[in-house]
Amino acid sequence: MTSIAVSTTINGDDVEFLCRADETLLDVLRNRLGLMGAKEGCGTGDCGACSTIMDGRVVCSCLVLGAETEGREIETIEGMANGSDLHPLQSKFIEHAALQCGVCTPGFLMAAKALLAAHPDPTEKEIRFWLAGNLCRCTGYDKIVRAVQDAAAEMRGEGT
Amino acid sequence: MRYERPGTIEDAVAMLAQASGRSFVLAGGTDLLVRMKSDDFDADLVVDIKAIPGMDEIAETADGFAIGAAVSCAELAENSALVSAWPGVVEAANLIGSTQIQSRCTMTGNLCNASPAADSVPALVAADARVRVIGPNGTRTISAQNIPVGPGKTSLEKGDIIDAILLARPQPRSGDAYLRFIPRTEMDIAVVGVAVNLTLGADGSVQTARVALGAVAPSVILSEEAARTLIGTKLEAAALGALEAACSAASIPIDDKRGTVAFRKQVAGVLARRAARIAYERAGGK
Repeated sequence: MTSIAVSTTINGDDVEFLCRADETLLDVLRNRLGLMGAKEGCGTGDCGACSTIMDGRVVCSCLVLGAETEGREIETIEGMANGSDLHPLQSKFIEHAALQCGVCTPGFLMAAKALLAAHPDPTEKEIRFWLAGNLCRCTGYDKIVRAVQDAAAEMRGEGT
Repeated sequence: MRYERPGTIEDAVAMLAQASGRSFVLAGGTDLLVRMKSDDFDADLVVDIKAIPGMDEIAETADGFAIGAAVSCAELAENSALVSAWPGVVEAANLIGSTQIQSRCTMTGNLCNASPAADSVPALVAADARVRVIGPNGTRTISAQNIPVGPGKTSLEKGDIIDAILLARPQPRSGDAYLRFIPRTEMDIAVVGVAVNLTLGADGSVQTARVALGAVAPSVILSEEAARTLIGTKLEAAALGALEAACSAASIPIDDKRGTVAFRKQVAGVLARRAARIAYERAGGK
């Protein structure tokens, strides 16, 4: 199978890679680019552990072909913190202990980031529905929801 | 497997028409990529249509809306003119999958995947949606209802691509609605789905009705018997009772772990009654 040359933008950097036609964006991130933050849970779009942001929308990177990302802008968990300064969502996940094993966490953070970009002041119901495509088998969801609410407040300048 | 991203619909049609083995159209990929991961999946060619101009646009025309085949369901909800004209279609499309899936999935894909439980399909059929099909022998416009012919099977032929779903500008005093039953509150596949589209006369009585039932037959059912129960009524108790009975009778569902035949038939009637009320109110009825 011949390789496809793809030029894309990942976390603000121009990136070029080669991939096979049937390789997913998740495969490319993890196996070719060394970006291991996105996790493969189900591989079929049910669990959200591979969530990344493509052109501003959160997607399951297991359901995107690497070849499809030509000319797109991809954001992954690796681009979330600014150097050693954590994003408010990351800080609040730690503060609220909104994770245990951590496999679902990068996906939750990317999905929550997209949520707060679209809805800076979401209701609890909006948070729960928006994050319904992210599964956590450790903590349950309450701590995650509280962390997102708290981060949203901080990002709106309503320090808690 | 070969991946192609043509820049014109003519090239896309030619690639599909000339392909020797199995070939697939890729828009949102939320069904196709899942299938690609199964062991028995085999594709020689995948044609990504997203680089074709217009595919990702919702065009408002004199007749209504032309929704490009690559428009994501999330984008439908962001188009206020479409939401206002066809709220039932948009709410049905927005029930598919998660936020992540909404970012990618398309109504055209939902239609062509031909799942009996597809959420947007009953709403499209109730709305009398048409699709523009471009194939090796030119362009034709056909009813969306005629695309799925059974589980996983469509009436499309080799080389055919749906480039847009066409929705008419709604009549004055009309409204549509879609409801489904799932065991959870989100992220599930319809056990039953019902769409109702009504147009009222000046006196508030129903002039025309279209009632479509999903997940209760190999493909979507447009029930004329159910529609007739509403004509001339203002959705009085007797009319809603007749609608409920007609929808239950029209349903020919399967029995599986997600619902028995008796349950699905009953739920079809209940959802029809509720969806009819919502459509009636949206049409301005009281």
